[in-house]
Amino acid sequence: MDAFTTLILILDSTVRLATPLILAALAGLWSERSGVFDIGLEGKMLVGAFAAGTVAHLTGSPWAGLGAAILAAVALGLVHGFATITARGNQIVSGVALNFVAAGLTALLGQAWFQQGGRTPALPGSARFQPIELPGASMVADVPVLGGLYSELVSGHNLLVYLAFLAVPVTSLVLFRTRFGLRLRAVGDNPAAVDTAGIGVTLLRYRAVVICGVLTGTAGAYLSIAQSAGFIRDMTAGKGFIALAALIFAKWMPVNVLFTCLLFGFLDAVAIRLQGVSVPGIGLVPVQIFQALPYALTVILLAGFIGRAVPPRAGGVAYVKDRG
Amino acid sequence: MRARKALPGWVDYGLIPLLNVTCAFLVSGLVVLAIGADPLEAVQILVWGAFGFGEGIGFTLFYATNFIFTGLAVAIAFHGGLFNIGAEGQAALGGLGATLVCLAVDRFVPWWVTLPFAAIAAGLFGAGWAAIPAWLQAKRGSHIVITTIMFNFLAAALMGYLLVDVLVAPGSMQPETRTFAAGGRLPPLRELFPDIGLGQAPVNVAFLLALVALVAIWVLVWRTRLGYEIRVFGANPVAASYAGISATRITMIAMMLSGALAGLMSLNEIMGYQQRLLLDFTAGAGFVGIAVALMGRAHPVGIFLAAVLFGALYQGGAELAFEIPEISRDMIVVIQGLVILFAGALENLFRPALVRLFVRRGGI
Repeated sequence: MDAFTTLILILDSTVRLATPLILAALAGLWSERSGVFDIGLEGKMLVGAFAAGTVAHLTGSPWAGLGAAILAAVALGLVHGFATITARGNQIVSGVALNFVAAGLTALLGQAWFQQGGRTPALPGSARFQPIELPGASMVADVPVLGGLYSELVSGHNLLVYLAFLAVPVTSLVLFRTRFGLRLRAVGDNPAAVDTAGIGVTLLRYRAVVICGVLTGTAGAYLSIAQSAGFIRDMTAGKGFIALAALIFAKWMPVNVLFTCLLFGFLDAVAIRLQGVSVPGIGLVPVQIFQALPYALTVILLAGFIGRAVPPRAGGVAYVKDRG
Repeated sequence: MRARKALPGWVDYGLIPLLNVTCAFLVSGLVVLAIGADPLEAVQILVWGAFGFGEGIGFTLFYATNFIFTGLAVAIAFHGGLFNIGAEGQAALGGLGATLVCLAVDRFVPWWVTLPFAAIAAGLFGAGWAAIPAWLQAKRGSHIVITTIMFNFLAAALMGYLLVDVLVAPGSMQPETRTFAAGGRLPPLRELFPDIGLGQAPVNVAFLLALVALVAIWVLVWRTRLGYEIRVFGANPVAASYAGISATRITMIAMMLSGALAGLMSLNEIMGYQQRLLLDFTAGAGFVGIAVALMGRAHPVGIFLAAVLFGALYQGGAELAFEIPEISRDMIVVIQGLVILFAGALENLFRPALVRLFVRRGGI
C-alpha cells in the first residue's frame, strides 16, 4: 500500500473516530457556555447509545433509534438540570452521580431485557444509518489525489457524520450571531446581569441543558446504530471525558472544538494503525502513549503552558436570585 | 459551601443523610421492580448475603476496607474545599508502589517487615500522583476536578504500559506481575483469629490498618493545628489567607494526604487478596469513595458506616446476582450513582422543609 492510500485511510478513520467527540464536545459547549458544568457527557452518550440500540432493534428503524437516544439523553440531562439549576446542587457531584447511574442502568437493563451480557441484539443493515455515497464519488474515484480524497474521505460516511460537521457552524452561528446565543453566553458569564435585564436565568439554562441532551443523544446513537451494529456495555469507553478534554483544549470555542476533536481522533486512528507495527528508527511504540496524549495535552494546556483556558465565569455556580 | 441556618445536630448529621439515602434506595427499588423482580425479596437476599453468616460478614468487611481508605481520601480533600475525583488513579499508583516493595523483598523477609515499607511506598506513590494536580491548582489555577479526571486516565495508560511491557511476569500471557511469596502477603484475619468463623473471607490485616486510619484522620482534622487550617481553608479561603494560612501549602498537604490514603487502599487489594499487581485492580473503589465521603458527611464515624454499607452492597450484591440473575452486579453501580445523586447533588432537597419544621419550633 502506498503512502497516499495509507494517509487517506488514516484520515478516513480520523473522521469516523472524531464524530462522536465533536457531537459530545459541542454538547458540553452549550451546557457550559450557559454556566452549567457537565462532566456527565459520558453518561448521556451511554444512555443514548443504549436507547438507540434497543429501539432500533425493536422497530427496525434507525430514525426511531435516534429519536429514542435523544429522548433518553435529554431525560438524563433534565435530572442534571433539576439537581443543579432548580435544587442548586453541586454540578460536579451531579455529573459524577449520573455517569454511574447511566453505566449501571444500561448494563443492568441490557442484561435483564436481552440476556446477552449487556449487549443489545445485533442490528441488520436496514436498522442502522448506512454510508451515503455523495454524487459523483464513484465517477471521480480514479482521478489522482483529488478523486481519492473525495470518494474515500469526503463521501461514504453515514448521515450522522455529516450532521456532526454541520453542527459546528450551526453552533457557532447561533451562539455568536443570534439573540438567544448572546443571552445564553451572558447567562454563563454574568447571570445577575441577565436577570436584571428581565430575562429568566433558569429557563435559559434549562434550554442549554436540553440542547446538550440532544447532541449527546445523537453522539450515543452514532456509536450504537451507525458505527456499530448494536449497543455493548460501556461502549463509550471514556469518549465523554475525551470530549470534555477537547472542549477545554478548544477553550470553549466551536471551531476550535472541531479541530481539537479531529486532532484527538487522529491520535486514536494512528494508535490503531501502529498497534504491533515497528516504526523505523523508533521500534515498537506503546499504544498507551497515544491513549494518554489527549489527556496529557489538556493538562499541559490547563497548566497555562500553551495559552490559557478560561472557562465561562459563572460556570459551576447555581444562580440564586435573592441574596437578601 | 454557603452559610446555613443552624439545624439541630441530630437532624443535620442523622436525619438528612437518612432521608437522602432512603430516597436513593426507594428509587433503586423502583429499578428492581422495573426489571420484574421483587424488591423486598432482593433486600432480604442482599442483607442475608452481607450479614447472615460469618463468611459473608468477612467479605463485607473486606470490601469495606477499600472504601474506608478511599472514603477518607475524598473526605480529607473535601475538608480542604477540594474535590478529588482522582482517588481511582492515586490508588492504582499506590498499588504500583506497594508492588515494587513486595517484588523486591517478599522472598527474604516476613510480611510484618514488608508491610511498613509497602505502606510507605503506597502512600508516597499515591501522594505523588495527587501532588501534580494539587500543584497545578495551587500555582497555575488549573481546575482540580478536571486535572484529577485527566490523571485517572493517565494513570490507566501508565499502568497499562507498565503491566504489559515492563512488570509482566516472564512467560505470562496476562498483564500481571508474578504472585508474591509469603513475605508479600497480608495474613487474613481468619488465620489470626480462627475462632471467629470468617470462612474463606479475605478480610485481612489491612482492615485493622483502616480502623487506625479512621482514628488518625479524626485526630488530625479535629484535634490538630494542621487539621484546623485545612478546615478553615476549606470553609473560607479568603479568611484563611488573612489568617496567614498558605493556600499553596494547604492545597498540597490536603491533596497529598488524600492521595496517600487512596494509595493505602491497594494494601488490602494487592497484598491482602490478589497477591500480585493486575490491571484495574481498583475496580471503581476510588469512585465509591466519593459516595462514601458524601454519605458519611466527611466524618470518620459516618465514613465507617457508609463504607460498611457499600461493602454490604458489594458482597450482598454478589449473592443477589447469584440468586436472581436478572439483578446483575451492575445494580450496585446504579445504587452508588443514586446515593451520590441524593446525598450529594440533591443534599438540600429536604433542608428548607426541615429548617421550617425545626428552626421555628426551636427558635420560639
